[in-house]
Amino acid sequence: MPNPIPNSGFLDFVYTFYKGMKDYEIALAYEGDINHQIMKAFTDLIEENMSQIKEAEALKIKVYHVMVESLQNISKHAINPGNLSSLDYTRGIFLVSRNNKVYNVITGNIIKKDRITYLQELIDHINSLSQKQLDDLYKKQLREGQLSEKGGAGLGFIDIRRKTGNNLEFEFQSISETHVFFQFTATIHRKL
Amino acid sequence: MDDSPKVNFSIENGKLEISGKSLPEDVSAFYEPILEWLNNYAKNPQPETELTFKFTYFNTASSKLILDILTVLEKMKDDGNKVLVNWYYPEYDEDMRDAGIEYSEMIDVPFKHFSFNP
Repeated sequence: MPNPIPNSGFLDFVYTFYKGMKDYEIALAYEGDINHQIMKAFTDLIEENMSQIKEAEALKIKVYHVMVESLQNISKHAINPGNLSSLDYTRGIFLVSRNNKVYNVITGNIIKKDRITYLQELIDHINSLSQKQLDDLYKKQLREGQLSEKGGAGLGFIDIRRKTGNNLEFEFQSISETHVFFQFTATIHRKL
Repeated sequence: MDDSPKVNFSIENGKLEISGKSLPEDVSAFYEPILEWLNNYAKNPQPETELTFKFTYFNTASSKLILDILTVLEKMKDDGNKVLVNWYYPEYDEDMRDAGIEYSEMIDVPFKHFSFNP
């Protein structure tokens, strides 16, 4: 069994964490409540960051959009797991990593197990489509979708895939009998 | 807040302009009053109505409401009124340009497309 980190090892942990962020080229890491203000703060932050390294405007707006949609998927569409406090259901993690080829925007949040099938089928379906089929699906959802939890989440995922051209990556990790941790990654190529 | 677009009506001229960023926390709360106003205006519109969109960004939630606004304009055209949509896109933003093209394919009203430097 691994030794628990002693209090005096906290600085070691911080350094290891810092090094980890460097090794995985993580530009931003956050865990906490994901709400509108947080979304705006981080999108502004990354936008400023990209300006400083002189990223192309077209790339900036793509990364910005993926961030907005990913975060709004959590803040607007998270459901109340019931036994968790009301804050926890919009709580999650958010990471942005950058290497010389891509940006990765990663979100993670707790959802009820009964959502797995819907999300799995939705994302697998979106990943299977050609660009033209994605455009058609987007327009169809736009016309017919309701501004409900289900419809909204679909449009965001569709648009992320459509605009980035990359498959959406996701994973479910069981955390209890009733809940899973849903991790979602969107990738944006730096050279468009 | 800089997450909601600027809206300018000039009723006497029949000109409506929506510009800036659109990612408000409550999309319905922002756009419903505009839709309500537009539906009322549509009952007795000017001989020519010009709707200008000049977004630098809008999220997918906004995209539905934008379609709703355009649908009102389409109905005005069906009722025999003259309408025109001006779609502006930032010159570096192909996605915004394509969004204008997509809307023009979904809605049967005349569209003009312009690039601009935000």
